[in-house]
Amino acid sequence: MIEVSNLTKKFNGFTAVDDISFTVGKGEIFAFLGPNGAGKTTTIKILTTLLRPTSGKIILNGKDVTKDKYQVRCSFGIVFQDPSLDDELTAYENMEFHGVIYHVPKKIRRERIEQLLKFVELWDRKDDLVKKFSGGMKRRLEVARGLIHHPKILFLDEPTLGLDPQTRNHIWNYIKDLNKQEGMTIFFTTHYMEEAEKAAQKVAVIDHGKIVARGTPSELKQQTNTASLEDAFLALTGTTIREEESNHIDHMRAHRRFMR
Amino acid sequence: MQTIYILWLRQLKRYFRSKARIIGSLGQPILFFFSLGFGMNPIYQKAGGGNYIQFLAPGIIAMGIIFTALFSGIEIIWDRQFGFLKETLVAPTSRLKIMIGRTLGGATVASFQGIMVLALSFLLGFRFQNVLLLPVALIFIFLIALLFTGIGTAIASILKDMQGFQLIMNFLVMPLFFLSGALFPLEGLPKTLSIIASLNPLSYGVDGLRGSLINSAHFGMSTDLIILSILTGLILVLGAYLFSKIEV
Ligand SMILES: Nc1ncnc2c1ncn2[C@@H]1O[C@H](COP(=O)(O)OP(=O)(O)OP(=O)(O)O)[C@@H](O)[C@H]1O
Ligand SMILES: [Mg+2]
Repeated sequence: MIEVSNLTKKFNGFTAVDDISFTVGKGEIFAFLGPNGAGKTTTIKILTTLLRPTSGKIILNGKDVTKDKYQVRCSFGIVFQDPSLDDELTAYENMEFHGVIYHVPKKIRRERIEQLLKFVELWDRKDDLVKKFSGGMKRRLEVARGLIHHPKILFLDEPTLGLDPQTRNHIWNYIKDLNKQEGMTIFFTTHYMEEAEKAAQKVAVIDHGKIVARGTPSELKQQTNTASLEDAFLALTGTTIREEESNHIDHMRAHRRFMR
Repeated sequence: MQTIYILWLRQLKRYFRSKARIIGSLGQPILFFFSLGFGMNPIYQKAGGGNYIQFLAPGIIAMGIIFTALFSGIEIIWDRQFGFLKETLVAPTSRLKIMIGRTLGGATVASFQGIMVLALSFLLGFRFQNVLLLPVALIFIFLIALLFTGIGTAIASILKDMQGFQLIMNFLVMPLFFLSGALFPLEGLPKTLSIIASLNPLSYGVDGLRGSLINSAHFGMSTDLIILSILTGLILVLGAYLFSKIEV
């Protein structure tokens, strides 16, 4: 369903994604894991036509991401990591807007919007402007919005970011249901390793723009000789905090600028 | 069609929900009417130009339109910063439709603003020369609105953040406005100024408004209409192209 070969993305000389290749099968739940700044969001932006790759080839649902942008856009849905709501519209209007631009027929649209808003417990706040919502409420609305239409591939960039455990569980059950009933391919990132361990059939770990491990959660645990995916993750990516790493990169950048 | 409609509707909702923006944007025209209009009127009349308020009103209406229109176009930058732009850019809808919906919405809002300034000038003593030409005036209002929303869209597609905005205001919008004949007659100008004014798209908008509102056009209304339509077409094509190339 997703075939990525030798994908590289450079931002003004800084390599955010470094020659990665992987495939995701149809109907698979695929976790894309990695520390902060590893290149996950950048990869998702490229897969969803928002950024052009520096080099490499990506096929989504049989179509080339850089060439057949329109057909590619018809085949996926996405929940972004960063905010993406219109604060000046109400919750309902945000949902309606999404349903219309994704061409969901009116009847289904109305039904799903009601069902999803009830599901994320925002139905009684549906006519409030989004700018009055708390962070968690906004996140719930974004997830609900991403589920109005049922695409072949669903990208979820840290969908449960900032949500309480109850809501996280709830949302994951819903997504797994969609995956089972509609055969929807799910591509997600998260920093909650137990979430990835529970939901994902396949995992890829990316660090500094390179893929360092691939396989099922149990394969990764075996490879690293660890008991949980979290330990496997730490064994694969080390225990240094990435803030230091990025400082280091900043230093290098400053240095480079200095040298010029 | 529905896509264009919902994008159009969004622009309207955003505009009508910010009462501060509507009222605030009437402040500038009022200031111009009082300082320039009433301030210069005695001299203007003494020089044999007639009633300056009559002359000035179309220029002020144009000003009201272009500022609202540009702002609507520029809103793309806000959408980018608040993240909403991504949501529209990955949708399975052609970017052309998205751009058309947004631009029509912005132009509608700006036209509404122009009509409000028109009503305001009426309160301040402005009178139509020929009420039958009012529909023509509305066409000019809409064309100016469309042209400048298009310019705003084109600019916003290139700028990454609001920092370049001040630059655009000072080096593009202000000169366009002040050198358009909005404030002074185009007759008997020094050569250079006359040439600059005739190269300025807004001159034709203001002139068309004057033709239809007070029956005194410098270039002639059909010339105004043709030039303005062609320019608007070109800008919209450019805007659509730049918008289709946006990356987030
Ligand atoms: N537009 C950009 N310009 C320059 N550098 C960028 C840009 N976007 C991302 N980067 C850099 O690319 C690297 C990867 O960023 P990315 O957002 O893909 O990380 P991530 O894996 O999603 O991290 P997180 O877990 O924090 O969300 C980072 O070092 C980041 O600073
Ligand atoms: Mg990220």
